[in-house]
Amino acid sequence: MEKADRILLLGSGALKIGQSGEFDYSGSQALKALREEGKYTILINPNIATMQTSEGIADVVYFLPITPYFVEKVIIKEKPDAIMLAFGGQTALNCGVELHTSGILKKYGVKVLGTPVEAIINTEDRELFAEMLRSIDVKTPRSEAVNSIPEALSVVKEIGYPVIVRAAYTLGGLGSGFCSNDDELIKLASTAFTYSPQILIEESLKGWKEIEYEVVRDCYDNCITVCNMENFDPLGIHTGESIVVAPSQTLSDHEYHKVRQIAIKIIRHVGIIGECNVQYALDPDSDDYRVIEVNARLSRSSALASKATGYPLAFVAAKLGLGLGLDEIPNAVTRVTSACFEPALDYVVCKIPRWDLGKFEGVSKLIGSSMKSVGEVMSIGRTFEEAIQKGLRMVGQGMHGFVCNSIHIADIDTELNNPTDKRIFAIAQAFDEGYSVDRLHEITKIDKWFLYRLEIIHRYRNRLRALESVDDLDAELLRGAKQMGFSDYQIGSTIFRGKDIDPHGKGDLIRARRKELGILPCVKQIDTLAGEYPALTNYLYITYNGDENDINFERDGKSVVVLGSGAYRIGSSVEFDWCGVTAVKKIQELGYRAIMINYNPETVSTDYDVCDRLFFDELTLERVLDICDMEAPLGVVVSTGGQIPNNLALLLDRRGVRILGTPAQSIDMAEDRQKFSQLCDPLGIDQPRWRELTSIGDIYNFVDEVGLPVMIRPSYVLSGAAMRVVSSADELENALNNAAVVSQEHPVVVTEFMQRTKEVEIDAVAQNGVIKCYAISEHIEFAGVHSGDATVVFPAQKLYYETIRGIIRISRKLAAALNISGPFNIQFLAKENALKVIECNLRASRSFPFVSKITKFNLIGMATEIMLGREVEPFGKTFADIDYVGVKCSQFSFARLLKADPVLGVDMASTGEVACIGDNYHEALLKSMLSVGHRIPSKDKGILVSSGPAYSKVEMLEACEMLAAKGYKLYATGGTAKFLEEHGVPAEMLQWPDAEVEPNIIDYLVNQKIDLVINIPKNHSARELSNGYRIRRTAVDHNIPLITNSRLARAYIYAICTIGLEGLSINSWEEY
Amino acid sequence: MAKKAILELEDGTRYEGYSFGCEKSVAGELVFYTAMTGYPESLTDPSYKGQILVPTSPMIGNYGVPGEDTVNGIAKFYESEKIQCTALVITNYSENYSHWDSKFSLGSWLRHWDVPGLYGIDTRALTKKLRDCGSMLGRIIFDGEEVPFYDPNKENLVAQVATDKPFTVGEGRYKVVLVDCGKKNNIIRCLLKHDVTVKVVPWDYDFTNEEYDGLFLSNGPGDPAMCVATVEHTRKAIEQDKPIMGICLGHQILALAAGAKTYKLKYGHRGHNQPVIVPGTHKCFITSQNHGFALDEKTLPPDWEQMFVNLNDGTNEGIRHRSKPFFSTQFHPEASSGPVDTEDLFATFFNSMADYGKGR
Repeated sequence: MEKADRILLLGSGALKIGQSGEFDYSGSQALKALREEGKYTILINPNIATMQTSEGIADVVYFLPITPYFVEKVIIKEKPDAIMLAFGGQTALNCGVELHTSGILKKYGVKVLGTPVEAIINTEDRELFAEMLRSIDVKTPRSEAVNSIPEALSVVKEIGYPVIVRAAYTLGGLGSGFCSNDDELIKLASTAFTYSPQILIEESLKGWKEIEYEVVRDCYDNCITVCNMENFDPLGIHTGESIVVAPSQTLSDHEYHKVRQIAIKIIRHVGIIGECNVQYALDPDSDDYRVIEVNARLSRSSALASKATGYPLAFVAAKLGLGLGLDEIPNAVTRVTSACFEPALDYVVCKIPRWDLGKFEGVSKLIGSSMKSVGEVMSIGRTFEEAIQKGLRMVGQGMHGFVCNSIHIADIDTELNNPTDKRIFAIAQAFDEGYSVDRLHEITKIDKWFLYRLEIIHRYRNRLRALESVDDLDAELLRGAKQMGFSDYQIGSTIFRGKDIDPHGKGDLIRARRKELGILPCVKQIDTLAGEYPALTNYLYITYNGDENDINFERDGKSVVVLGSGAYRIGSSVEFDWCGVTAVKKIQELGYRAIMINYNPETVSTDYDVCDRLFFDELTLERVLDICDMEAPLGVVVSTGGQIPNNLALLLDRRGVRILGTPAQSIDMAEDRQKFSQLCDPLGIDQPRWRELTSIGDIYNFVDEVGLPVMIRPSYVLSGAAMRVVSSADELENALNNAAVVSQEHPVVVTEFMQRTKEVEIDAVAQNGVIKCYAISEHIEFAGVHSGDATVVFPAQKLYYETIRGIIRISRKLAAALNISGPFNIQFLAKENALKVIECNLRASRSFPFVSKITKFNLIGMATEIMLGREVEPFGKTFADIDYVGVKCSQFSFARLLKADPVLGVDMASTGEVACIGDNYHEALLKSMLSVGHRIPSKDKGILVSSGPAYSKVEMLEACEMLAAKGYKLYATGGTAKFLEEHGVPAEMLQWPDAEVEPNIIDYLVNQKIDLVINIPKNHSARELSNGYRIRRTAVDHNIPLITNSRLARAYIYAICTIGLEGLSINSWEEY
Repeated sequence: MAKKAILELEDGTRYEGYSFGCEKSVAGELVFYTAMTGYPESLTDPSYKGQILVPTSPMIGNYGVPGEDTVNGIAKFYESEKIQCTALVITNYSENYSHWDSKFSLGSWLRHWDVPGLYGIDTRALTKKLRDCGSMLGRIIFDGEEVPFYDPNKENLVAQVATDKPFTVGEGRYKVVLVDCGKKNNIIRCLLKHDVTVKVVPWDYDFTNEEYDGLFLSNGPGDPAMCVATVEHTRKAIEQDKPIMGICLGHQILALAAGAKTYKLKYGHRGHNQPVIVPGTHKCFITSQNHGFALDEKTLPPDWEQMFVNLNDGTNEGIRHRSKPFFSTQFHPEASSGPVDTEDLFATFFNSMADYGKGR
């Protein structure tokens, strides 16, 4: 074993596209493995909502940026013997490589455990990588690394178009893409060069099969492949954007083992100790292949593989890093065999990505070689049909499976040729229109086996459609449908189509019929050995392709079901996983068995170690009822998993399932706008005026009454973002006529919009309507920036006492009126002590982990005790008792979302968040901003200020003065430059992008003369929009930090100028 | 709609499934195997003679079945010239297959060789039963036509699957006598990667008076105790010093010849993921396995030692002589189907022949 007693582990920071919750799972597993071996663990990760940064996982936690500067400071302070780089994604790996090459690790005598850094560099540098594989006769795509555009053009003359361009050292294919001609190449290469000094020009293998293997090697040179995976989508679509199936389904034994052997050859040659991922392209028409990528670290795929097989890759990799052999580590599932084996699967899993492209203005919806999805689901079945239909429901975008959806694609050939997130539904529609499997294969290059299987589902749908009534549904037909993954809802909506029955009522009728015919699902274990050894595992899924349960149910009312949060998406992410896992732990502590239902492979909640029973399955009404029928639990917790469980509360309650905590009727009352207003009005609780309207005339009348601006929320959107603020009559007209439908069926909610108003939130826990603890936080930005995108300060530092008292008063009233027993969150607008309630959620909110970790009082723990009927003591700490400040910042992924306007609005756009602690507000803010990719601007470059409307010009003035005094070069747009000059602040004026005159902003951005862009959108005139958009987009595309809110910009600049990097304290969470 | 048929176990348990192969009633020993790929190889593996195969992998037939091409006179893609097992029982069948070098669907191939196949059976439930109760006899019943239960282990299966006359493959320098107890073709393919001529002889052929450089004892079906003649001939061979390698049944025969004993495992090892370890080291290999009998390592004579041990259950996976160039493995270094991590053992065998040749 390696002699290392103090081990530093780097996390992955905020969730972003390409690097999501999977690293919370990997890191948590690694820390568990290290602690099991008696090591002292030090974790750096500013992502406060993760499980790994919770109490009892690492010995000490630093909420600090994962950059060489901060890691070095922590090394100096904590004196670790060793560091692990493989568990924090590309962020940790890149940081580790820098620490190694700059000699810092050597200087402080810190060993790298696991894969050596040289090996990492060899796999990350494209040219070294290709050369290394050539030396062991492994084929890679014909390619060459280039350092300039002319070089790229000459290389492509040899390889021939089409080619793929890739940037080295980037996350999930950032800056990559296909090019078919010189113009496309020049354009793409210039972007790629801004991310990386070196790019790769590669032969295009579009249409080949894409296959991945997860390989493990120990220090004794034992190698195993834990899982292989096959992409449903052919090469050309990034594996993060593909539907992925495990194990592979269309590979012969010869192919499977040939490729497996190559993976082993590679891992030996590279010298990995731990885990790596090898990606291949396989020729669909011969046994030719190429190795396209090797990731010398835990990855999204390895998290998926762990969940797909039950083999805990990160846990094992951490132990291997300590010098243990595979044979010395027990199999966590069987507990009688060892970790040195290759799992055998007797089921199939489907991973399906989740996109949220509808949230962004201007973004391209095409999926391709760079990643845009924000989350994923994994579905398990014993046929592909069962798994894919489950999975398509899990993705949670209103689809009921492969068929029976109300979606119409206008031009299916275009969709199939240029796939978007809707491509699989285009296949269903193509079958409707008589396309054959051969024709679909010709267009899409998706392997025919998958298409045949989809065709089977489609044909079955037609058989169901032919039925006249539920009595025609005989046992064989119904069982067949269930075996193909049809939900009761799907079958109901097919058989009763056009009938006037509530959709869930239709499902109920099918459910009743099913039970009458004795068709029930069964529960199977995921046991890593396909049943060969008896397994004590609690890792379960539900299938209709079987007739025996693997486990017995106690049905003793001593179990509690916790509903998870489903796919990560914009607005629901790792924070709800933390809430769910926290509830599970508390339930166990109180002597109950905790049963988790969730299907997101990136989470800790779907780690079977965490709960007493894990159902890796759907969070639908049907499935939750199935599980409750089997388990007969004490009740169900719906308040810790975000909106998905919240929406199930009333449906479950009506069907006799006990909802623990706050009554389902109260949840409904808070969710339903109309009911909520009826509750607030008599209590004297003010809300912004709003109305749900069904005609354009009514909307104009209402706007006349409340005045502009207003916020509009259509229920049916034609283009662009769903929610927007309109400030002028023109904009209103445009929004109503072009972007949305206004009709009886599709009402629009119009709300009065309050400008220059503070937004304040309370997170609280109540018992029987009485508040037992609360936390009040404030947003730095004024209202108008979605609360999920805003920068949040806790405890609130700049509120009037009167405002605080008002917030507590209103919260008490609502808690009592709604008889809340559990967590809740209320959002307020506050202006001169007047308070309006804008939202009230009777569930945990995204800020629960944040406020729990800052106060060091676990709000979810208390809420869980309450839900289980325990009397709790009120939590006594007040704001004044907390002698430090936490600031939560949002992480945006605009760089990945080509063409999207990186501006913040009323709909959420961030993909993740961090929070850091400081002795004061500005220190916490600066740490937090540096954690989401901001950097202290270099004085060799300038800062561009385009400060928007007059009030924000004024707001920015002092900040600009400070920058100038600090010696920063300021650039400004016309109005701002003039304003600054008038107030004695020197600034060089740059021309607007459309002026096409020198010195132009765009040139300065492209040439990296600017190191921070502050662009405050002024108004919505076309010119302003287009100029502003070009500045913002160019900044993002050239990796220049951007701030679009004047209040945040001001606070951040103040922090830079008064504290600076050296002024930041290096304190662990425990030290506060 | 496919025809229904019944799978009945000797304890009376009945499962209803749908036919996708030949529609005839059959009986045999039910065994499960956990490999996720390789049904064409497994179905043609003579070691499965007399057995009803139950893959735990739920969807079978996805990539069809390759054609009947031959190389050096032996089938290129199959482990013998025909389907050897008695029947195939699966959860879900792919009638529509997809693979560039496939020629038939699995169902049509089964029908061609008169072998029944059933789908729609919960093979996980069946596997758990076989695991808990041990391998069981079973039968497939079409149209109520009940054939009697049949225990293949009571018969000399080796005699049924082995070649009945000797033949030679390859033109290499060293001559290997391969005793065919139900060989898989890939043993020949692996040997031919070296400079050898392979003389394949029937299981009961007396090779002791032949000129050869190395002796190879193949895999095969059933109980090694049935191979009295092979054990007898092997006993004579180990009195000499010429290299010997054995696989699976061949391993058990070598052990019996050395004086050790074998026994029947509760449900055997059948799959691609069996880890073996070299005793006294941390060196492990993932192996392909298919056996119902095993060597009792406690009965191993003192001049022999264990070469490999199963990491999961501690059973013997290989032996070697302490001084002479004899070794054998319970697992399948030739794979096909399965991982090829131990194929180097063929080189070990070849090198010992070359060394022996030098010394001679």
